[in-house]
Amino acid sequence: MRQYILRRLLIAVPSLLGISLVLFTVLALAPGDPFAELVTNPNVPPEVAQALRTKFGLDDPVHVRYLRWLAAMTQGDWGFSFVSRMNVDTLILQRLPTTLYVIGSAQVLALLIAIPVGVFAATRPYSIFDQIANTLAFIGFSLPTFFTGLLFILVFSIKLDWLPFVYTTDIKATGIHWVIEQVRQAIMPVMVLGLFQAASMTRFVRSAMLDVIRLDYVTTARAKGLGQTRVIVKHAMRNAMIPVVTLVALQMPAVFGGAIVTEQIFRIPGIGSLLISSILSNDTPVVMAVTFVFACLVVLFNLIADVLYGWLDPRISLR
Amino acid sequence: MLDNELRTMIDEVKDGRMDRRAFVQHLIALGLTAPMATQILAVGGVAMAQSKAPYKPTKRGGGGPLKLLWWQGATLLNPHFATGTKDQDGSRLFYEPLASWDAAGNLCPILAAEIPSTQNGGLAADGKSVTWKLKPGVKWHDGKPFTADDVVFNWEYARDPATAALTIGVYQDITVEKVDDLTVRVLFKGPTPFWADAFVAVVGCILPKHLFADYKGAKSREAPNNLKPVGTGPYKFVEFKPGDLVRGEINPDYHMPNRPYFDTIEIKGGGDAVSAARAVIQTGEFDYAWNMQVEDEVLLRLEKGGKGKTVYTTGGDIEFIALNFTDPNTEIDGERSSIKTKHPLFSDPAVRKALALLVDRDAVQKHIYGRAGRTTASFLNGPEQFVSKNTKWEFSIEKATQLLEEAGWKAGADGIREKDGRKLKLLYQTSINGPRQKTQAIIKQACQKAGIDVELKSVVASVFFSSDVANPDTYSKFYADIEMFQIPMTQPDPAQHMRRFHSRFVATKENKWQGRNFPRWVNKEFDAAIDAAEAEVDPVKRAAFYIRANDIMWEDTVVIPVMHRLKVGAAVNSLRPVLSGWTNDTDNIQDWYREA
Repeated sequence: MRQYILRRLLIAVPSLLGISLVLFTVLALAPGDPFAELVTNPNVPPEVAQALRTKFGLDDPVHVRYLRWLAAMTQGDWGFSFVSRMNVDTLILQRLPTTLYVIGSAQVLALLIAIPVGVFAATRPYSIFDQIANTLAFIGFSLPTFFTGLLFILVFSIKLDWLPFVYTTDIKATGIHWVIEQVRQAIMPVMVLGLFQAASMTRFVRSAMLDVIRLDYVTTARAKGLGQTRVIVKHAMRNAMIPVVTLVALQMPAVFGGAIVTEQIFRIPGIGSLLISSILSNDTPVVMAVTFVFACLVVLFNLIADVLYGWLDPRISLR
Repeated sequence: MLDNELRTMIDEVKDGRMDRRAFVQHLIALGLTAPMATQILAVGGVAMAQSKAPYKPTKRGGGGPLKLLWWQGATLLNPHFATGTKDQDGSRLFYEPLASWDAAGNLCPILAAEIPSTQNGGLAADGKSVTWKLKPGVKWHDGKPFTADDVVFNWEYARDPATAALTIGVYQDITVEKVDDLTVRVLFKGPTPFWADAFVAVVGCILPKHLFADYKGAKSREAPNNLKPVGTGPYKFVEFKPGDLVRGEINPDYHMPNRPYFDTIEIKGGGDAVSAARAVIQTGEFDYAWNMQVEDEVLLRLEKGGKGKTVYTTGGDIEFIALNFTDPNTEIDGERSSIKTKHPLFSDPAVRKALALLVDRDAVQKHIYGRAGRTTASFLNGPEQFVSKNTKWEFSIEKATQLLEEAGWKAGADGIREKDGRKLKLLYQTSINGPRQKTQAIIKQACQKAGIDVELKSVVASVFFSSDVANPDTYSKFYADIEMFQIPMTQPDPAQHMRRFHSRFVATKENKWQGRNFPRWVNKEFDAAIDAAEAEVDPVKRAAFYIRANDIMWEDTVVIPVMHRLKVGAAVNSLRPVLSGWTNDTDNIQDWYREA
């Protein structure tokens, strides 16, 4: 087992190198200039913009810049933001808690809805409950988050005036009030993201469960006289969860990566909004760091998913 | 004749035999505008009446929180590194300049004890130096006194190329010396009629020497206070999250009486303009939102809710179409739009004039900019004393057609006019931006009717405005026949705004297209007017030169002004923001208050 993990980690190194190379080249080739705003400002002489480019090494050839970035990255230096003139890791870490809270809650909500609904629907396929769940799921994943987000704002903030639609990171309250405010402002974004996720996940759980429930060993379990709950939870669900685990594990990096659109709509200062504003202002070190961390997380959670298989189904051996 | 009469009158005002108002009225009778009269008085040795907005609160604090919403959050808080207004606005809460601009483009003292004038001995008669007296007793947020050393240090800090300050342009050509602890003198290389650039408004914000002295030059980015400002401003720094939040609390030792009114302040960043307008005007979650680039129609609809309204300030921002005087389709030494070429169509002035007749500004204003735009025929739209009365725009397809016919441009079989085998086909580029694409469509339609074929092109703003040498789509490379965008006027003086069309600034491959004269227009008469204006200390003559320069641009159709754009903000009904079109929204933040 330990050997397996070690081997997988070693294989990850060249693939991460490849990913970083591709990311870096694409970003270097992309048009744009972090100091674009200066150009139309008559107060800033053109030489200053040029000096800044030189200072931040923007005029060096791509391979030199890549090697410099790689050397810094291996030493734990994630780079220096052109726009904020501060270290990229500080910027990212500052935004991580918000992202984890909002997107994490949305994922939990999605799972809490998807698993029971999916399982229940699978035990009674084509029943009224199954039909309704299916219909709602279809509606759920065909509505894009920017649409539901705006709809929620219009209904809950503007018409009903129940919930705030601008996310505040520094709530001026303590104790229970702080918690209430924190929950109140997260309701809409969590709902928007959670329901969207839940919709597709419900479909997934349902079909995984249907595959398993028809197998002979489930019939055997029933024949032994075990109760319905016991059969479903102990026998069927454990096996049905294998593909679901893969799906969830692959979703996990997204929890860290944030949700670009939703964060923008609700002004949530998460990683997603950091990424989009950095892309718009051509702040390449930040874009590079965020996307690269994202790539690392994808590789890592793939590994975790593989390890989890072995635990869920001992027949899958890891070598 | 004017000269003698003027001097007599100025003397009368000085001695108190004539009051200011009578003087201004006399001058208006002579055909001069009121601000121009005030300017004359300033130079003639009478201090400008400081037009302060009435400030009602009678004690400091007690106003609760002030919540501002900027749809682009500040990304850093060192005013010398600010790349855009968002950063300047954020740093301005904590740092202060010697003086700020009011709505009319007059100076208001902040850290200065008084505004320099010839009368108080602040302005040298030769225009080569300004002496600023500093307000005594001002303290930094950490309790240390503010002195002339701080002011001198900021000059040294900003002018050092290794610091990589974006304000270097303001400070590199001047010399600043300490006269005594509360007096500094700014020396210019030559007579400088516009002396209020250094240490004024956002580019003039002053950093404390005792915290930044060790971080001048190459070490500038390591200064811990880059992210934790310690200034003299009305609010003390509490918290900063780049791109998201700037938070401050009242400065109990602030140097102006009864100010500030609010106990805490925050600028929240992110999102988009429409929802920012909504959060202020419709739900009142925030008190003020900046830069409402939202269609007027939408704003009008939101305003029906009644919690807030839009506020407008007039500066000199101009949306215009520039004509390329060089040929974008011929390559000379690897350079398109080379100054060595002539534009095949625009070398005929009739074509340029016809084009100017085809811009329906009324329609553009009515359907696109609404209250946020004024129609104009001038490139220079303020301050008032510099605005030409001689230009007048017109929209007439008939006249344009007639003009083209007379010049020999005859319609071909496909309806497109041509002459000597050259067809009237234009490539019209701009940045991607809703109002701009709509304006393009309106103009294209008019051109079609006059037999000009226009191909529209729009480029992503981050590319269009970039200085990326490798990209062919930047506005300064100008590989198109005409292009449209906005040039903001960042100070109430036309020098920088007009200078860019001087022939020595032509954008070429040699200067990496960083020359600001992107239409590549060369006109001796214009150059002469600009050169004369920049050395002219007499404000009346100087204004006359700039008006002349503006008129030459119009006569020669270098640019076709489309819209004089106003700055739009959104405020809740109770808020009394003090804004000016000549400076950043937070430049007079100490004077903001709320009325019950």
